[in-house]
Amino acid sequence: MKPAEKYELRLYVAGKTAKSVTALTNLKKYCEDYLHGQYTIEVIDLLLEPQLAEGDQIFAIPTLVRKVPEPIRKIIGDLSNEEKVLVGLNIRPVNMKLS
Amino acid sequence: MATKYKTEKKQPHHPQIPKTPTGIVGLDEVTGGGIPQGRPTLICGEAGCGKTLLSLEFIVRGANEFNEPGVFMAFEEKTDELAMNVASLGFDLNKLQADKKIKLDHVHIDRSEIEETGEYDLDGLFIRLGYAIDSIGAKRVVLDTIENLFSGLANQGILRAELRRLFSWLKEKGVTAIITGERGEGHSLTRQGLEEYVSDCVILLDHRVINQISTRRLRIVKYRGSVHGTNEYPFLIDEDGISVLPVTSLLLEKEVSSDRVSSGIGPLDKMLDGKGFFKGSSILVSGTAGTGKTSIAACFVNETCKQNKRCLYFAFEESPKQIVRNMLSIDMDLQKHIDNGLLEFHAARPTLHGLEQHLVVIYKLIKRIKPEVVVLDPITNLVTVGSVSEVKAMLIRLIDFLQEEQITVMFTALTLNTVISEQTDEGVSSLVDAWILVRDIEFNGERNRGLYIMKSRGMKHSNQVREFIITDSGIDMVDVYLGPDGVLTGSAREAQKLQEETGMVLRSNALSMKDREIERKRKVLEAKIGSLQSEFESVEEELNKIYIEEELVKKVADKNREEITKRRHGDAPAENKNKKGKNK
Repeated sequence: MKPAEKYELRLYVAGKTAKSVTALTNLKKYCEDYLHGQYTIEVIDLLLEPQLAEGDQIFAIPTLVRKVPEPIRKIIGDLSNEEKVLVGLNIRPVNMKLS
Repeated sequence: MATKYKTEKKQPHHPQIPKTPTGIVGLDEVTGGGIPQGRPTLICGEAGCGKTLLSLEFIVRGANEFNEPGVFMAFEEKTDELAMNVASLGFDLNKLQADKKIKLDHVHIDRSEIEETGEYDLDGLFIRLGYAIDSIGAKRVVLDTIENLFSGLANQGILRAELRRLFSWLKEKGVTAIITGERGEGHSLTRQGLEEYVSDCVILLDHRVINQISTRRLRIVKYRGSVHGTNEYPFLIDEDGISVLPVTSLLLEKEVSSDRVSSGIGPLDKMLDGKGFFKGSSILVSGTAGTGKTSIAACFVNETCKQNKRCLYFAFEESPKQIVRNMLSIDMDLQKHIDNGLLEFHAARPTLHGLEQHLVVIYKLIKRIKPEVVVLDPITNLVTVGSVSEVKAMLIRLIDFLQEEQITVMFTALTLNTVISEQTDEGVSSLVDAWILVRDIEFNGERNRGLYIMKSRGMKHSNQVREFIITDSGIDMVDVYLGPDGVLTGSAREAQKLQEETGMVLRSNALSMKDREIERKRKVLEAKIGSLQSEFESVEEELNKIYIEEELVKKVADKNREEITKRRHGDAPAENKNKKGKNK
C-alpha cells in the first residue's frame, strides 16, 4: 500500500433510497478506517443530474467509482461486503484476502 | 380493348392494435403494418444474422421517414463503431445525432472492472435511458443486446427482476421498443429467456448456409393481437439496408388484362389464337439444348422493343454482348434497342448470390426500369443455387409480383432429353399461363426443331407440332410434314415432298394408262354386246318366223275350211280358188 496515494471516489445514487443510504454509510466507514485523510467522496444523485450517468457508464445503482488512482474501478451494490469493497478499491492487497 | 377485371377487395373493419411502421421494405407487409406501438418487440437470432442492423434501421428510418426520434442503446458495439458499420448503407448516424433525431448510447459493461457487493438495482440504466428519451422526445427505443448485462453481472436474481421492471417501465413510457437477443441453445429463442418478458411480438432471424450459399430468413414467432404472416421470409442486406420478401401473395387477386402481345413470330401468334400472348401473363419456353429458346426470347424482346416498350432481359448463361452478336446472325439488331434505352440486359451467373438476392435484384431492376416485358434466360440455371422447390417458390413469388405489375414474363428452361422432365421443369409448368415446348426431332441423320404449345390458358391454341426453322432472316415456322411413316422434318421433309411429286407424275401416268385400258375393255364389251344383240335378234326373228308361219298356216287352214264349207253349200266364189292355190 502506498500511503501517499490520494483516493477520489464517486458514489452514484438515485434519490435517497435505502440502498443508497446504506452504501454511503458503508463507504464512509471504510474510508475512515483505511484511508483516513487521503480520500474525497463525491455523491452524485442521478435523479438530479441524469446526464452524468453516461460519462461513467453507470447502469446500476448504487455504483461506487474509483476515479483516482487509475485504472477506474467500479463497485456496484450497497457495499455491505467490506472485504469485496476493499479488494475492489485495491485498498488491501489481494493476497491478504486469500489468507 | 384494355378491359381490366378488378376484383373487389373485402377488408374487414375490425379495430387493429396500433402499430409502428418500421419502414423496412417488406417487414411492414409481413407484420401487417409494423410492430406493436408502445410495446417492446423481441428480435432474436444467431450471431451475424442482422439483429443490430434491423433494429438500427428501425431507428434510422423512424427518424428519417416517420419523424419519430429514437434512442439506440448499444450494449455490444461502441457508438462510433456502429456509425462506421452502417455508413456503407447510407445511414449517417453522426449527423442524425447532431440533428437530435437519434441518440446513441453505448453501455459499457466489463466484468473485470466491476465488483458487486450487496443489493443494487438498475436505476442507473433507467435514468440513462429515460434521460436519452426525454432529451430528444424519442418514440422508438432499441436495446441491443440487453443480454450482455447477464455476462457483466453475477446476480441473476436482481437482473431478472430489473428486466421485468424495465419492460413494464418502457411500456409506461409509451415508446415502441426493440430488444435484441442472441439465439439460445435448443429450442429457447434467447439465451436468457427474454421472450419471457417480451411477450407481445417476437421476430426470429435466421442465417443458413445451404450449398455454400447463405440465405437469411425472418419469421414472426408471435404477434399478440394481430394477424401476421407466419412463413419464413427470406431477407437480404444490401446497399439499401434490409429487404424482407414477403411476396408470396396468398390471395390470388390480381388484375388481369385481355390485351394481347405479339410474340414476334407471326406463325406462333397464329398458333396462339392468332393474336399472341396475354399481356401480363407468364410464358415458359422449354426445350433441350440448342433448340432456339434464346432466339425465341430474343424475338419476343425485339418485337416488344419495336413497339417502343421497355424490356428487361436477365441472362444467366450468356453475356449481353454474346446474345447481341448471336442474334445479329438471325437478323435481329438488339444493340439498337439497347442504345435507344428500351432494352436492358442484366447478366449474372446464378452462383453469384443466393436465390433471394437474385429475386431482390430482379425486383429492384423492375421497379427502377418499369419494363413491359421481362425475360429470364434460363431459369434452369438457378437450380445450381437452390433446390427445385426453392426455385419454384422463388418463381411463384416472381410471377405473382410481375402479374401484379402487369408485366409479361418469358422464362426459358432447359429440359433433359427425357419425357418425364418435360413435365416438371422446375415445377413451374403449372404456374405459367402459356407453355411453349421446343424439341429436337432427330431423324434420318439430322436434327430438326419442332415447336408446339403445351398449354395456353384462356385461348384456343393450336394443337399442331410445327417445324420451326432459324434462318438468316429470323425465325419461321413450317408445317411439320406428315409422311406415310410419321412426322417428317428438315431434309427428310424435302425429300419426301420430292418423292411424292415424282409419285404424283407416275401415278397420273399410270392413271391414264388404266383409263385407256378401261376404254378398250369397254369397247370390247360394247362390241360383244353388239354381236350378242344381233344374235339375239336373229334368234328372235327365227322364232318369230315360225310363229308367223304357224299363224299363217292357221289362217289359211281356217280359210280353206271356210271355203270348203261354202263350197259344200255350192256358192264358192272364184277368187277363193285362187287364194287356195297361192297358199299351197
